[in-house]
Amino acid sequence: MDALTLSRLQFAATSMFHFIFVPLTLGLSILVAYMETRYVRTNDEMYLKMTKFWGKLFLINFAIGVVTGITLEFQFGMNWAEYSKYVGDIFGAPLAIEATVAFFLESSFIGLWIFGWNKVSKKLHALAIWLVAVATNLSALWILLANGWMQHPVGFVIRNNRAEMVDFTAMLTNSYGLLKFFHTVFSGYVVAAFFVMGISAFHLLKKNNPALFKASFRTAALFGLVSSLAVFIIGDFHAAEVARTQPTKFAAMESVWDTQKAAPYNLLLIPDPANERNTVEALGIPRLLSFLAFHDGNAEVKGLKEFSKDERPPVIPVLLSFRGMAALGILFMLLACIGSIIALRGRLETNPLFLRIMLYALPLPYIAAQLGWIVAEVGRQPWIVYGVLKTADAVSKNVSPLQVLTSLIGFTLLYGFLGVIDIYLLFKYARKGPDDDLSTIIKTARGQEV
Amino acid sequence: MEYQIIWFILWGVLWAVYFMLDGFDFGVGILHNLLGKNEMEKRLIVNSIGPVWDGNEVWLITAGGATFAAFPTTYALMFSYLYSALLIILFGLILRGVAFEFRGKVDSNSWKKVWDAAVFFGSFVPALLFGVAFGNIFQGLPMDADGYHGTLLSLLNPYGLLTGIFFVLMFTEHGALWLAMKTTGELGERAAVLSRKLWFALCTTAVLFLIYTNFATRLYANYVGNIILFAVPALAVISLLGVKIFVSVKQYTKAFYSSCVTIFMVVFTGITGLYPDLIPSSIDSSYSLTIFNSSSSIYTLKIMTGVVLVFVPVVIAYQIWIYRIFRQSLKPDDIVNNKESY
Repeated sequence: MDALTLSRLQFAATSMFHFIFVPLTLGLSILVAYMETRYVRTNDEMYLKMTKFWGKLFLINFAIGVVTGITLEFQFGMNWAEYSKYVGDIFGAPLAIEATVAFFLESSFIGLWIFGWNKVSKKLHALAIWLVAVATNLSALWILLANGWMQHPVGFVIRNNRAEMVDFTAMLTNSYGLLKFFHTVFSGYVVAAFFVMGISAFHLLKKNNPALFKASFRTAALFGLVSSLAVFIIGDFHAAEVARTQPTKFAAMESVWDTQKAAPYNLLLIPDPANERNTVEALGIPRLLSFLAFHDGNAEVKGLKEFSKDERPPVIPVLLSFRGMAALGILFMLLACIGSIIALRGRLETNPLFLRIMLYALPLPYIAAQLGWIVAEVGRQPWIVYGVLKTADAVSKNVSPLQVLTSLIGFTLLYGFLGVIDIYLLFKYARKGPDDDLSTIIKTARGQEV
Repeated sequence: MEYQIIWFILWGVLWAVYFMLDGFDFGVGILHNLLGKNEMEKRLIVNSIGPVWDGNEVWLITAGGATFAAFPTTYALMFSYLYSALLIILFGLILRGVAFEFRGKVDSNSWKKVWDAAVFFGSFVPALLFGVAFGNIFQGLPMDADGYHGTLLSLLNPYGLLTGIFFVLMFTEHGALWLAMKTTGELGERAAVLSRKLWFALCTTAVLFLIYTNFATRLYANYVGNIILFAVPALAVISLLGVKIFVSVKQYTKAFYSSCVTIFMVVFTGITGLYPDLIPSSIDSSYSLTIFNSSSSIYTLKIMTGVVLVFVPVVIAYQIWIYRIFRQSLKPDDIVNNKESY
């Protein structure tokens, strides 16, 4: 394999691995901050226990999210030197801002939060986790504005053989980047909501600490309901933005070969990319595709045949990932809605079947998040910056296939090892439940009053 | 002043602050198994940097990000030319970070041994390789129109290795002083004794480095042209002597601050000599990456200057504030009473 293919594989592997941990951090930081705020307001020790239990899981997850993030920053230069040279003038800025504005805040205050239980006042301690939550979401904003620029480049000119920034505000207000930001962070909140609901369901089924886990479940269910609705609604606008700015990606998402007006939405599709057609197109809902794309049932949807073959993304992975993600998105709204109703009526414990479903639904939002990234990144191919630079022209010229193969194997082994350890620890501490040793907790709680 | 020059200085400051801060984390990680005689001592050692190491590491991410934003060509070539070395650094940093978090999560000796090894590897190897990388940058990389002509092994040349050993000793001394300042009792005493012994090795290596630099690099050319610049290496030497003096009167906090100055000034000794290069070419100076031929547009540099001037002082303020919250030396009780400790 050549350095290009290996570098692409490596970037896919390392960024997808990184994104196993990020979405939970985005949402769970907010939930833990909310729990601790409840504790500060009510002085109810159950909320302290809750904060510590979910906080521990948060930290086990957070550790890997942080360290695997450094890889991504390094990789732009290591594997994608031509890309970095060509677009660094505009792409480097949001990355540097992300570090300066968000990473410092996140990493400094997480230290205060972990080690500050006996050192600072209760309010200040809760403020620390709120700052971590804000910083984490702020870091998502900057990296997604950067990715949004790769998807829909704005505010630049080609000068001195590279893309130079001429309008910083255009990048900040790039609607593609902003939609992607909201879509992604809300999907992270769904991951966190289902994580908390799933583990709470496990303990409710075992009748451990029912008060604590009912409260956790209820909070997560409402958070999940709002978030899953938001993901879906924003996703709809996001898809329309894709249709407007990335016609090849949109056509691949729905396997549209021929340009058509008033395009129907085919529930059943079997594409035949070799012959540039679909073997099966059935159960079409009239005009729906045109409506989804342009919020106008008569609008024209561009087909892939409008574009030369070397400018089209692979159809099958994009189509399947998009449909999988959308179907899961609908399921999440449903489950979060049912969960909210049952939790608000206080009937969780009398619905073991639903609890079991929620336990097994825990991994699904993770899968949806990965599928979403496949749509975004594979769907952008063959471009690394849509319409500006091709992925094939972006790879480092000085890095040999052997070097990348070695690093890819290294990452696979190291990340495999860390993944196994992390899942083991999450299971161990999730199963164990909250610390019942109240004596130490009360002691710590008093300690905080200093 | 031209924006490229402002950014050259900022670039130097970010790397220097990174080495000054994460330097003691590396030192503490290197000494973790050596100084920690039992589980409580080992926990004291990792917990002494627990609240701050993560915030320290971000200076590296910012240094990398700033290189990307301000000098994209240098970022691209530096990171791709030094591919294998950076990869190993990265693996080290990843292992170190998770080792701190995971070490105490399972109550088993063999589990702890694995993470103790990871703490050492993840501290020693990056410290060494950062030194090797900077040594090679100081003497220039073999690059011309056809790109880069070096390998991982060619980085391990005598000057590169000397710089690597110099960095390791500098950080280990820094870490020993941190532990002497942050821990009490026998452990603190052992760290203090070690810092005294290490100082001689560090001092010898520093002298060798300063002499060898004259033969292996062109760094001193700038100093000869502008005598006042000799203040930078002079401050490095004076603060290194300061370390010795403060240690001998058992003023470990002052010795640690002195060591901070040493590291900062050592990095700036190199940076000052590089100007106007960021990475010189060792075979054809017309292919050197300078702050002018590898920088971003003035528009981007202006925006980034604004961002940095607003936010970096804020970062420094809250990081100092957090350091102050944890300024007291760490005692076993502190760890036992906080169940969230490492």
